[in-house]
Amino acid sequence: MRLYPPAIADFERSGFDISSSDATVELSLLLESMATITISVNGERREISDIDPATPLLWTLRDHLQMVGTKFGCGKGLCGACTVHLNGASVRSCSIPISAVDGQSVTTIEGLAAKANKLHPLQEAWMEHDVPQCGYCQAGQIMNAASLLSRNANPSDTEINDAMAGNLCRCGTYKRIRKAIHSAATKGGAA
Amino acid sequence: MNNDLYNHDLEPDVDMPAEFIERQNRHSAKVSESANSFIPRRQFLKMSGIAGGGLVLAFSLSRSPRAKAANHGESDSTEFSPNAFIQIKPDGTIVIAAKNPEVGQGIKTFLPMIIAEELEVPWESVTVEQSEIDAKRFGPQSAGGSQSTPRNWDPLRQAGAVAREMLIAAAAKTWRVSESKCNADQGFIVNESNGKKLSYAELATTAASLPIPDGKTVPLKKRSEYKILGKFIPGVDNQALVTGQPLFGIDQQLPGLLHAVYVKCPSFGGTVNSANLDAIKARPGIVDAFVLEGNGVDNELSAGVAILAKSTYEAFQAEKALQVDWNHDPASKESWTDFQKQAREITSKPGKATEEQGDFSAAQSEAKTVVESFYTYPFLSHANLEPQNCTAWFRDGKMELWAPSQTPQSIAGMLSKLLDIDQSNIEVNQLRIGGGFGRRLLNDFACEAAAIAHKVDTPVKLIWNRESDLAHDFYRVGGFHNLTGALDSKGRLTGLQDRTIVYTPAGGDGKRPVRGGNVRASNIQCPEIPNVRIEANSLPLQIPAGWWRAPSSCSLAWVFQSFVHELAVAAKRDHLEFLLEQFGEPRWLKKGKANVFNTERAINVTKLAAEKGDWGKPMKKGQGRGLSFYFSHLGYFAEIAEVTVDSSNNVKVDRVVVAADVGMLLNKSGGENQVEGSVIDGISTLADQEITFENGAVKESNFDTYPLLRMSAQPNIEIHWLTSDYSPTGLGEPAFPPLAAAVTNAIHQATGKRIRAMPISKEGFKIV
Repeated sequence: MRLYPPAIADFERSGFDISSSDATVELSLLLESMATITISVNGERREISDIDPATPLLWTLRDHLQMVGTKFGCGKGLCGACTVHLNGASVRSCSIPISAVDGQSVTTIEGLAAKANKLHPLQEAWMEHDVPQCGYCQAGQIMNAASLLSRNANPSDTEINDAMAGNLCRCGTYKRIRKAIHSAATKGGAA
Repeated sequence: MNNDLYNHDLEPDVDMPAEFIERQNRHSAKVSESANSFIPRRQFLKMSGIAGGGLVLAFSLSRSPRAKAANHGESDSTEFSPNAFIQIKPDGTIVIAAKNPEVGQGIKTFLPMIIAEELEVPWESVTVEQSEIDAKRFGPQSAGGSQSTPRNWDPLRQAGAVAREMLIAAAAKTWRVSESKCNADQGFIVNESNGKKLSYAELATTAASLPIPDGKTVPLKKRSEYKILGKFIPGVDNQALVTGQPLFGIDQQLPGLLHAVYVKCPSFGGTVNSANLDAIKARPGIVDAFVLEGNGVDNELSAGVAILAKSTYEAFQAEKALQVDWNHDPASKESWTDFQKQAREITSKPGKATEEQGDFSAAQSEAKTVVESFYTYPFLSHANLEPQNCTAWFRDGKMELWAPSQTPQSIAGMLSKLLDIDQSNIEVNQLRIGGGFGRRLLNDFACEAAAIAHKVDTPVKLIWNRESDLAHDFYRVGGFHNLTGALDSKGRLTGLQDRTIVYTPAGGDGKRPVRGGNVRASNIQCPEIPNVRIEANSLPLQIPAGWWRAPSSCSLAWVFQSFVHELAVAAKRDHLEFLLEQFGEPRWLKKGKANVFNTERAINVTKLAAEKGDWGKPMKKGQGRGLSFYFSHLGYFAEIAEVTVDSSNNVKVDRVVVAADVGMLLNKSGGENQVEGSVIDGISTLADQEITFENGAVKESNFDTYPLLRMSAQPNIEIHWLTSDYSPTGLGEPAFPPLAAAVTNAIHQATGKRIRAMPISKEGFKIV
């Protein structure tokens, strides 16, 4: 069993006595349950050590990789704010344990643009049509829309409604979201 | 007729947060003196250069001038900064401070637009920076009551104009010509006599040496000269938003940050007897767990258990394993079912009139037709998509917060008392807010984060999960109205009585309504009714009540605008004609008072909505068209909804036509976004939203039981703006109130069924 120095340091800081037998048992339970996961995030290989394998992808991104573009809304896959792409398909990152994505490829809002200076057509359309109000759900909306356009380059209103049904917007920006998706589609949004 | 019921200024409880208003009033005197009362930024930077050396903001979202001063020392003394809002650097950079919290109302964009307009610079040349929280330099900084526009309109125009006039003076001095020969034009001063130009950047150093004129004396541009205001200007944070950059409270990161949850008694007001803290502390990733007794004030610190973890997930898991023996003695035992029974009983009996005009009883006995109806609506949650959160760091006796708050200026005073820290040792940074709607006017989450951080020596980010967020809101109160209307033989409305319930805080004197819970005769908005009687019966409420988008109006508009339609139908009269009759002659019921009803503006928007909304045009079977009007938060809105209802009572809202008068529209994009959002929020609310509670605890827990509208229900929304000479007013709220009655009146036309209980799912209807 490998003792991971930061974990010990954290226990020490918390006042937890690691020399006591009970504490040793607890600590060994903890460390045995920890895992090292390797995933590709936006094309970059990331190794995450000493993570509870049940940790949702959402919190792995936000807390362990400090990538906070992906948002927490409901924790139950009900709102879509946490949408990312797993191997190119949109998924709810709040409901997928990190152990289930080991070795796989994740794209987040931070990596949606192919190049730093060239935004995805959806991102451009979102800015042009000034879609966001509070903006909190928009990363999830854009990721889900990108997935839609990659399957269907020119979706109808109904197809957009159906595909976007799981992405809630509390501010009510639906009209502009639909408009921006159409606009990106005409500019080759699937690219 | 003159109607005394309408002559009062809307009271804070009716229209906007009292605490918030108090604060505003305290500061606004200062602000309205002149824009010069703000400390010039240059002077401030010099001061902060000395004071700010100890600040560490390396990982912070806060890009405040103080942070820059701390990092780079004193600013360039050659830059021109006549007030806290504007910085013109010799390299041509124009930085404008955005002073108020951005909750999605677009304020981070449109307040700087006002300054840039008067400064006379191209919008593209402006960099907007979120300001610090500092009342002395920025005046009131809050987001509530749709007040930011009216309150900032004059001071911010003056701030821009002062800078522009000083640049003109600098050019005149340079060229040795009269100032009258110099004109400002898009970042340049032009010499009228020879066409020569100097850029603002070239003039910055000279301008910085000139005396600052009084803001009240500087000329302001005419509306016809505007180049930025009224245009479609996208939000200044858009690029950061669509690329997932950290912006929101919940995105705050700091070195060594711990993640915290705070667990309160499901029944409001319950305290902690004991908890399995040892077991919690032994869990993976948990750094600490402790009980906070709180101070028992619902919008400050309720009792609960804090759990600090290395990651949010570990904190959330520990919360699931937490076992608390709650002390229910002080807790709410209230039940929505009991409230409904009680209210029915109380409002069915005659009570004491709380407001009265004429003689309603006489009108009732002389009436040809009397209509009696009972309307009810539920409690609501704000359901901000970004759950409540706050980051706090207590070190060296100083508390620093990163708070997504609509009232960030009230935090320091509150914490000072709560934690016994001098206000000068409390610093609050404002971050973008993932939805306000009034929830974040109250800073309980900031008190919790600070109280937890106060106990440890690391920065702490408190996050509520969705279940906590729905279970510990400050709710829009539900309501009950036993209405009676009297119609004479000509079908004229001669009397209206409302036997209603007004909740007052439990344990109080029963005189002040809970937040957002007042009912006044002026809410009827029919000043021509000669006989009016309001019987507001007080009932105590322990469940925390709060201001919810357009407080009071958000529910009362539906009640009264539905009942007026109901009366028009009973009188066999056209609803439009009947409604216009209730406004009477075009006049301002108290001239010069923006928050007192102006029937001329009401008539104008109502007629415009009718014209654009095809009023009177025949519809197919199963279709209906409904009209509604409301004046709130200084804005006049009339709305027409068209619906199609199928045989299974599935309701499709096909089209909503909105006619608005808010003086002038400052940002076509942001303004229309607010109206579209209000329409969607209106449909979302009436469709299936309801907060219920038993034994003092809320039953709904997530978006499966408290649903938000989905994209497929989006109607076509058309917005028509009436431009008037009145000062521009805010758009966060006033488009919301009329929507519900427009839809339910349309459903009545389509089906003959009158909806008197919200949400409409209670009456067997479903929005599709």
